Amino acid sequence: MQTDRRIESGEPLLELIDLKTHFKTERGLVRAVDGVTLSLKRGESLGVVGESGSGKTVLARSIMGLLPSTAVKHGSVKFAGQDILGFSAKQMRHLWGAEMSMVFQNPLNSLNPLMKIGKQITEPLKLHLGMDKATATATALQLLRDVRIPEPERRLNQLPHELSGGMRQRVMIAIALACGPTLLFADEPTTALDVTVQAQILDLIGEQRRDRNMSVILVTHDLGVVAGHTDQIAVMYGGKLVEHAPTKTLFANMKMPYTKSLMRSIPKLSDPSHTRLATIHGRPPDLVNPPLGCNFAPRCMYALPKCHVEEPPLTPTTDPKHVYACWYPVGSPEFEKRDAELQATGYKPEDFSAVS
Amino acid sequence: MSDGTIHSAETAQANADGAASKRRLGIGFWIAAVWLFIVFSAALFAPWLPFKNPDNNFIVSGERPPYAPSTTHLFGTDQDARDLLARTVFGARVSLTVGLVAIGMGMLFGGFMGIMAGYFRGWWDRVISFVFIIFLSFPALVLAILITALLERSLRTISITLGILSIAPVGRIARATTISFADREFVLAARTLGAKNGRIIVRELLPNVLIPMSALALLGMAVAVVAEGGLAFLGLSVEKGPTWGKVILTGAGSRDLQKAPWIAIIPIIVLFLTVLALNFAGDRIRSYFDVRETAL
Repeated sequence: MQTDRRIESGEPLLELIDLKTHFKTERGLVRAVDGVTLSLKRGESLGVVGESGSGKTVLARSIMGLLPSTAVKHGSVKFAGQDILGFSAKQMRHLWGAEMSMVFQNPLNSLNPLMKIGKQITEPLKLHLGMDKATATATALQLLRDVRIPEPERRLNQLPHELSGGMRQRVMIAIALACGPTLLFADEPTTALDVTVQAQILDLIGEQRRDRNMSVILVTHDLGVVAGHTDQIAVMYGGKLVEHAPTKTLFANMKMPYTKSLMRSIPKLSDPSHTRLATIHGRPPDLVNPPLGCNFAPRCMYALPKCHVEEPPLTPTTDPKHVYACWYPVGSPEFEKRDAELQATGYKPEDFSAVS
Repeated sequence: MSDGTIHSAETAQANADGAASKRRLGIGFWIAAVWLFIVFSAALFAPWLPFKNPDNNFIVSGERPPYAPSTTHLFGTDQDARDLLARTVFGARVSLTVGLVAIGMGMLFGGFMGIMAGYFRGWWDRVISFVFIIFLSFPALVLAILITALLERSLRTISITLGILSIAPVGRIARATTISFADREFVLAARTLGAKNGRIIVRELLPNVLIPMSALALLGMAVAVVAEGGLAFLGLSVEKGPTWGKVILTGAGSRDLQKAPWIAIIPIIVLFLTVLALNFAGDRIRSYFDVRETAL
């Protein structure tokens, strides 16, 4: 089923307004996603970045309506103009596959081990688009060619275990693209793959996005992954949006110390060998009892007393598209002063003994 | 069924030999398969094959039965001079029917309940698991004795009794297997492509659950065949005609075991080989199809 009104390129396809997803657990209420506001235009790609447990996967699954019944959702998720947050699984089923689909983290697990590749691709085609067998098979072949799988005719009759990991992820992408969705979620699509294959898969997703004019939400923990493949980046921490900006702006002008730390944690090829990897010490906040004030303050080397008491709101920079939540962002006098102090003590980002 | 050491040894060997050996069933499987084929076809076509009438008394005047195995009676005869080969073959008809029906019922009802419980979880799971626990904690033999003592001891009663008893163990395995597959991403992936619950269960879960289940079916059948033998010893097996349990029982007195051991021993060997073959075939089939993890 198609939505009533096709969203044209450049029009907002997805709008999240103060989306909250909480889980009722025995320990208390887990605020996995806590007030996220975002908007994504048709054809645009968004990178959602954060550590494990920052709520990025839950965010993606909240939008798709794939959460267990223990989840409590507030706010609004507008997809192509209609609020889909309250949709039942039955209503969502018309959107799944046809309008939005998902590529999962582990391609080794996300294909049915007992079903031939061809069948796995043609099933959604028959289901959503009502294709007959011959048309579906022809479309499947075309899809496999689109995702650059060699010898697609042979692959149709192969089982998942006969393909390599990268190949399987390509098949997954082909399946996700089969019914021409307008929104594709890629939840850490390259984490289980090796580095050379990673770049290929990301390029493939980008290429398909342009060809099909669809929007992509790329969920990852790796800022390096999203750098070249997204239009805007949302950095999440403890279920909250802490910085959100167009990709270029973000990399040129990082405001949030957390974003900066994520950036530092990417190993650089230019580093001499045996350079210690920079990490962010401590652990992500407890989502049941989040700390008072800024969530990141307990781990932030630039935190001042105010950070531990009062929660910073999302403030825009001179560019209204670039918002961040920090009292003393990178570039502020307080930050620079602290930075100078840290430099004076001989602090290097990777050297934690200096701070603790 | 498979403990870790055996499995890892298998994988290590498979890795050493390359992928090809993994896809071989091995000579042992074929020996088991041939034996099962002989037993099953003999049982199936017994009335049309040149076997003697299992209920006839082939008394030779002047000689006291039981008669030892000879060219006229390949397996010998029992105390009533009934041909043991014929009785073993016709006994197989009953024993194997009991085994097939029992495990069939277990697979059908237990499998269905287990998959429902494992897929939907929540209340389905709680109620069904509770039913399984009740069945498992109720002494199987007592239930079997109760049913067979109250109802007529027909083939149908015995089969259904053992069938009911196999629902819970089969169902528990179906449930556990379903849970392990329901959490896999391909099930979630199917959902995100718009598949309904029914389709997910039939297309995605069932084929995956059926493989460990089918291996289990052969083992379960072996258990049911042995259970029939157990009931026969209590005098509670099928009333009419020979069964393996009953044939063994006729030769199980201590005097007979000393003087005419073949009466009990020959059907015991047949029973033993059949149960062994079922177990072996089941185990080989399971590891043959277990390509998912090892092939990665």
